[in-house]
Amino acid sequence: MVPLSYYLVLSGILFACGVLGFLIKRNIITIFMSIELMLNGVNLSFVAFAAHWHALSGQVFVFFVMVVAAAEAAVGLAIIIAVYRTRETLNVDQVNLLKL
Amino acid sequence: MAGAINLLVQSHPINSALSLIVVMASLAAEYLLLGAEFVAAIQVIVYAGAIMVLFVITIMLLNAGKEERTQGSRIATLLGIPGVLIGAVLIVWTLVGRSSTTHSVPIGALWGAPKTIARLLFHDFLLPFEVTSVLILIAILGAVVLASPPAAAARGARKDEG
Amino acid sequence: MTPQTLSPLLCMIPLLPLAGAAINGFFGRKASKNAISAVALVFCGAAFVVALFIAANFSSASAPYSFHLAHWLRSGSFSIDFDFYLDQLSLVMLLVVTGVGFLIHIYSVGYMWDDDGYYRFMAYMNLFMFFMLTLVLAKNYLVMFIGWEGVGLASYLLIGYWFTKDSAAAAGKKAFIVNRIGDFGFLIALFLIIKHFGSLDFTHIFTAVQSLPAEIGGAGLLTAIGVLLMVGAAGKSAQIPLYVWLPDAMEGPTPVSALIHAATMVTAGVYMVARSSAIFERAPMAMTVVAIIGTLTALFAATIGIAQTDIKKVLAYSTVSQLGYMFMACGVGAFSAGIFHLMTHAFFKGLLFLAAGSVIHGIGGEQDMRKMGGLRVYMPWTFATMGIATLAIAGIPPFAGFWSKDEILYKAFGASWVYWLLGVITAFITSFYMFRLMYMTFGGEYRGAPAPAAHGHDAHAHGNGHGEPHESPWVMLGPLVILAFLSMVGGFLGGYHNRFEHFLAPVFQGPAMEAARETADSTLEYLLMGVSIAVAGLGWWLAYLLYSRRPDLPARIDASLGWFYQAVAHKYYIDELYAALFVKPLIEGSTTILWHGVDQGVIDAAVNDSADAARHVSDNVRHMQSGNLRSYAGWVAAGAAVVIAYMVWMGVR
Repeated sequence: MVPLSYYLVLSGILFACGVLGFLIKRNIITIFMSIELMLNGVNLSFVAFAAHWHALSGQVFVFFVMVVAAAEAAVGLAIIIAVYRTRETLNVDQVNLLKL
Repeated sequence: MAGAINLLVQSHPINSALSLIVVMASLAAEYLLLGAEFVAAIQVIVYAGAIMVLFVITIMLLNAGKEERTQGSRIATLLGIPGVLIGAVLIVWTLVGRSSTTHSVPIGALWGAPKTIARLLFHDFLLPFEVTSVLILIAILGAVVLASPPAAAARGARKDEG
Repeated sequence: MTPQTLSPLLCMIPLLPLAGAAINGFFGRKASKNAISAVALVFCGAAFVVALFIAANFSSASAPYSFHLAHWLRSGSFSIDFDFYLDQLSLVMLLVVTGVGFLIHIYSVGYMWDDDGYYRFMAYMNLFMFFMLTLVLAKNYLVMFIGWEGVGLASYLLIGYWFTKDSAAAAGKKAFIVNRIGDFGFLIALFLIIKHFGSLDFTHIFTAVQSLPAEIGGAGLLTAIGVLLMVGAAGKSAQIPLYVWLPDAMEGPTPVSALIHAATMVTAGVYMVARSSAIFERAPMAMTVVAIIGTLTALFAATIGIAQTDIKKVLAYSTVSQLGYMFMACGVGAFSAGIFHLMTHAFFKGLLFLAAGSVIHGIGGEQDMRKMGGLRVYMPWTFATMGIATLAIAGIPPFAGFWSKDEILYKAFGASWVYWLLGVITAFITSFYMFRLMYMTFGGEYRGAPAPAAHGHDAHAHGNGHGEPHESPWVMLGPLVILAFLSMVGGFLGGYHNRFEHFLAPVFQGPAMEAARETADSTLEYLLMGVSIAVAGLGWWLAYLLYSRRPDLPARIDASLGWFYQAVAHKYYIDELYAALFVKPLIEGSTTILWHGVDQGVIDAAVNDSADAARHVSDNVRHMQSGNLRSYAGWVAAGAAVVIAYMVWMGVR
């Protein structure tokens, strides 16, 4: 028997790692990957709760989250490719044309 | 967790991608432990199989190299990292504080059968299901347009007008 | 004529000139001079006609008439309405104001014809009439105060009529400000009245006052009210210490001086004191104050008048002096005598000013008497009418001034021989300086500089060219003649068997006034009359001696008097004293404290600094928009942490 809180703590740590990655990393693709990491952490907590409360809708929701993640990954990567064409760099700090 | 930390630590994106795959796989195992085999299967097929492959393809396509040390954002380090740490600590502390009130989860209850999930999907959650399929369609279209060479898009637009 | 039909006419009287003022003010700029004159004269004349009509149908039995025009203020139990009121006193004032006012309007058509802002002048004159009539016909102190302030305003506008001239603009300001100081006292009196009587309505107050005991030997509420009312009257009617504006007010055109500063506005103070007779009658100390101020002013101003060289300034100080007589009369309880003198003074002083204007007009704008002389040859009509007025003011029978002045002196003697003696000395000096004026202006040879011949092409209605002094046109001479006639016969209105006094008797009730009304001793009366005549004659002879027979004497006398003469000639340096005591510190204080300190330091600084602050803040905040993805993420994470912390904290509580 694994207490629920363990799963949730793990989920929280994963999420935190994702955010940290988002902040620390300079490569735009790596930043995207940390977004996926965040989504996974959330998925874990969904499934954990679904098992805890015997409500299958948690798992259904995970399904939807994954779908959305897939879509978002596709579009995001397409954007990255478009940006790479013009800016020739994957360094997010150099894509700052919106600077005031 | 190890995979997650490794993702952060690695400097080459491809290494980060590989460690992310590790994370996905371990999560699939967790799902199995929680009795959600459908979700676990999906995790492996969609996430680790499709999405991460996409990532790896892009990395190789764009010839991403080691990350250089360039001028970062001071705000991110000054505000963001403490913010994240505080948030995470708070969440963990709350959860641990309440752990007495949560029950344990039985291992391997094996009740997340695909049949029941399918029933849910196509009965109760039909609308979201259809909407997500539309969403994927739009995403595909968007990705195609965004990633196509700029000249092709312009030529396509002019051909439509003319 | 029933009161019901007469009363609505009461509100017509002030409103007619107001309409004239409005029409001339708004539309006069483009109108022809004939149209402007017609409008002004018609509306003013209409008011006069209505006044005559009311007078003809006035019956003492059904007096007083009152008319309620509109509601105004309601505050708890305190209410004020636009009410008009007519009793014998207001009727007298009404006739004087409309009659003399109308004549002066006719005169100014001729006098101001060549002026550019002609429509403005006529509009202001009508406006003044409106306010003055409101003052006279008011039924409560507040409506009277409207008129009071309004005539002050009109006075400012008209004194500073030639506003491009610095001295005129300054004189207008001075008049208004000094008036204001008096109004301050008036207002406090009104507040006291409101506090203690709960109303500003005349009938209400005066009946309430009747039930209060007389404050003999001590000072109480009524004394305070009386003294404060006198402060207001001193400001408006140019008594000590607030007379300083009247000589400066001579910067305005002469018809203005005639109307406002001889016949009507300055008499508003006397009217107000007379109207408040019920209050004064119960406060003997206040009456004493009034009498003392009046007497001292009369004497003081007369002495200054001796040494003046500007013809209008002489008349101005003469006005101050004669007003002093009126206040002296009110102060000893002879209110009707004071009003009688007000009426005759309006006739002869108005005439004097108009004639002086005619003189000034005729010699091309010169006002210094030393440059006049011998004008009786060139301006016979002006000479004749001015002569009649001078005889009236000097108190020579049977002209009007004699009757009223003698009445006052007789009543003053009844109160105290000191008043009488000072009054007689003032009469002597009055006679002296008025005849001095006559001899210097009209006697001897013309001392003026010959005007350049090129003046001929002015658009003037005269037959002669501008080169030499000439008589004024009939539009100006007409009013002179009428006023001269009134100066001759006006005295009989009142002096004959004290008809005037009996007419006003219902208005002035009360023991003090009853005492003043007793005419038991006619021997004494004739004796005093004789003294007055003798004194007037003495003044005339002295003036004749100094200015006609031996013109070299005055200069020698002046030289021998040395510094005293200098002081008198410079009006005892009162203006300079006021400037040093009050004006200068006020201006200094205003500049340093209010201007630099408050206006620039606080208000401007607040505005400028807030603008600067906004700029600094935005300067620093704009760095947030860096276009850097990671800093945005950093902000998001920090914000999320704050929200989570808040939620945890709320859950923990």
